[in-house]
Amino acid sequence: MIEIEKVYKSFGKLDVLKGVDLTVARGEVVSIIGGSGSGKSTLLTCINGLEPIQSGRILIDGTDVHARSTDLNKLRRKVGIVFQQFNAFPHLTVLDNVTLAPRKVLGMSRAEAEEIAVKQLRHVGLADKLKVYPSRLSGGQQQRMAIARALAMSPQYMLFDEVTSALDPLLVGEVLDTLKMLAEEGMTMICVTHEMTFARDVSQRVAFFHQGILAEIGPPDQIFGAPQHPETQKFLSNVR
Amino acid sequence: MFDYTFQWRQAYRHLPRMLEGALVTLEIAVLSLIIGIVIAVLLAVARDSKSIWLRAPATAWVEVARNTPALFQIYMAHFGLGSFGIYLSPYVALLAGIAFNNAGYLCETFRGALRAIPETQTRAGRSLGMGQAQTFRLIVMPQMFRISFLPTTNQMVWAILMTSLGVTVGMATDLTGITQNLNARTFRTFELFAMAAVLYYLIAKAVMLAARLIAWRLFRY
Amino acid sequence: MFETAMTWNDLMFMLRGAGVTLWITAIAVAGGTALGIVFGVARSALSPWVTWPLAFVLDVLRSVPLLIQLVLANSFQAIAGLGWSPFVTSCVVLALYTAALCTEVVRGAILSVPETTRRAARSLGMTWAQDQTQIVFPMALRVGLPSWINLTLGVMKDSALVLWLGIIELLRASQILVTRLQEPMFILLVAGAIYFLISFPVARFGERLEKRWRAHD
Ligand SMILES: Nc1ncnc2c1ncn2[C@@H]1O[C@H](COP(=O)(O)OP(=O)(O)O)[C@@H](O)[C@H]1O
Ligand SMILES: [Mg+2]
Repeated sequence: MIEIEKVYKSFGKLDVLKGVDLTVARGEVVSIIGGSGSGKSTLLTCINGLEPIQSGRILIDGTDVHARSTDLNKLRRKVGIVFQQFNAFPHLTVLDNVTLAPRKVLGMSRAEAEEIAVKQLRHVGLADKLKVYPSRLSGGQQQRMAIARALAMSPQYMLFDEVTSALDPLLVGEVLDTLKMLAEEGMTMICVTHEMTFARDVSQRVAFFHQGILAEIGPPDQIFGAPQHPETQKFLSNVR
Repeated sequence: MFDYTFQWRQAYRHLPRMLEGALVTLEIAVLSLIIGIVIAVLLAVARDSKSIWLRAPATAWVEVARNTPALFQIYMAHFGLGSFGIYLSPYVALLAGIAFNNAGYLCETFRGALRAIPETQTRAGRSLGMGQAQTFRLIVMPQMFRISFLPTTNQMVWAILMTSLGVTVGMATDLTGITQNLNARTFRTFELFAMAAVLYYLIAKAVMLAARLIAWRLFRY
Repeated sequence: MFETAMTWNDLMFMLRGAGVTLWITAIAVAGGTALGIVFGVARSALSPWVTWPLAFVLDVLRSVPLLIQLVLANSFQAIAGLGWSPFVTSCVVLALYTAALCTEVVRGAILSVPETTRRAARSLGMTWAQDQTQIVFPMALRVGLPSWINLTLGVMKDSALVLWLGIIELLRASQILVTRLQEPMFILLVAGAIYFLISFPVARFGERLEKRWRAHD
């Protein structure tokens, strides 16, 4: 379970998160929508401790992410994240991109790691690209590789930050299909997305973010069918 | 004009000795480059660190290495340390001086390369549970070396040229040292040094070629 | 370490050495730059089929240690009976060495001017010479000047090698004092400080210039 309680976060003078509360249960898929600059990415990077917070707390299965005693490297094995930029490691082949962390962080042997990596890469449809360098992949393929790379650590939670925003429209589908598949397999996921159809079809709950505040949250039918908050209404009328 | 008979044949007899010297030259250049690279990486990290105690000495190293003659740096290692009762052999002093110089120049090269690697690469590494040092070693450093490969190759050529300075502190086993010793015995200055010049040119070209092969083997992406 | 046998006279001796260093550098850079501009323009304007002998010679000058070049030139002038002093020989060698490095700077700077810009100038009816002086030169100068400053500082530092021919420049002057006073560290530090005080401000100025000009693009 991910519990986010009254989280405040600022970059210098700029307040980005102004008291965010959100609880995500095991197996749940939550989509976060909202205007750009509203703090969605920042929230995700706070959840896996890439950024510190000023107050409040974030618990993952009861472990306080920002407590001094928390081993963040250990915690991050549990929480995978995929970013908008694909962040492929350009100097490693697709296979090595995926096996690197299992070998160096989990201490797996090369053979063990490769077995897992091949499984995950097959899962995302890249089984024929093992020995290829990322520069030879399309954006969609790179993004699917990034997903496989995160999955190879066997995380219990996955955070997705606008993973389709940097893609050609034609390549969006293949990545969304991968996310859908994961959701159906029961992965706990928080997806920041601009794909409203995806948010409606895949998530159990949709959260609307506005200026560092979670303005509204509820089942997709409610958010898309009968939004309560005026900002939500405005936002949705603009994206349609 | 030119009432001088060139005696190439006589000088040519010394070629095997000079080739031995060329090997020593190459050896010093390679060692100084390896030591220089290791120190340069540490300097590059230190120069961008938050602690002034790391930043200041690293900056001083870089600025002294770049703003004083290499020969001065070798003199410091050979004569200067004598003030502290430390007497380095010509070989060690030469190696230390060149490595010091290499480290200073390469540090700036590496820093430039580091700036070209997106911050998101580090983020991606950290998000997979890798530590800071691990991320730097496995993700950032390999990319840094690739970006700075060409300038590093140039530094290697500079290192070869710098090895010739050893003769001024009594180095006798490298190419210039051996040439100078033969010169002192035979007085065929022009012939001997012309041969040395050819050998240096060939070494420089061989190094460039080797670098190209290494790059081709190493950087497949 | 602050108790030293070094006198003001000794310091003046070193400063005179520094004067020699600067003097040789100035001559070499002046001659080398003039040659380098001619060679650089030739190499960028003419076909490589014509300029390859020049390119080869310049490459040799860049790949053979300066010390070897100095000894060779000194020996050659003796054989040829030119009667050059070590000072003249040093200036000639350093100037040619500077020319070899400067040619690359000039060539790189000229090549950095986009072909499209030049074609635009020619299409406006400018002659080759007008194109060179009005368009290429000002643009290339911005790219080349910072490198040229570095090159000049490099020659200043490399000029220490002329001590091998017996010229008493800054480093040789220090060495003489070291032998006499037996205070190697202190005297060398003074010499290093003089080099540093000459080089560092100029290097900083070059960096500043480079940053400013890049920001304007
Ligand atoms: N590392 C950072 N340093 C300073 N400001 C940042 C940083 N990251 C994000 N911000 C600022 O925080 C605000 C929220 O950014 P972000 O979380 O990326 O929004 P979103 O993902 O919703 O578009 C923006 O105004 C952005 O400029
Ligand atoms: Mg964002």
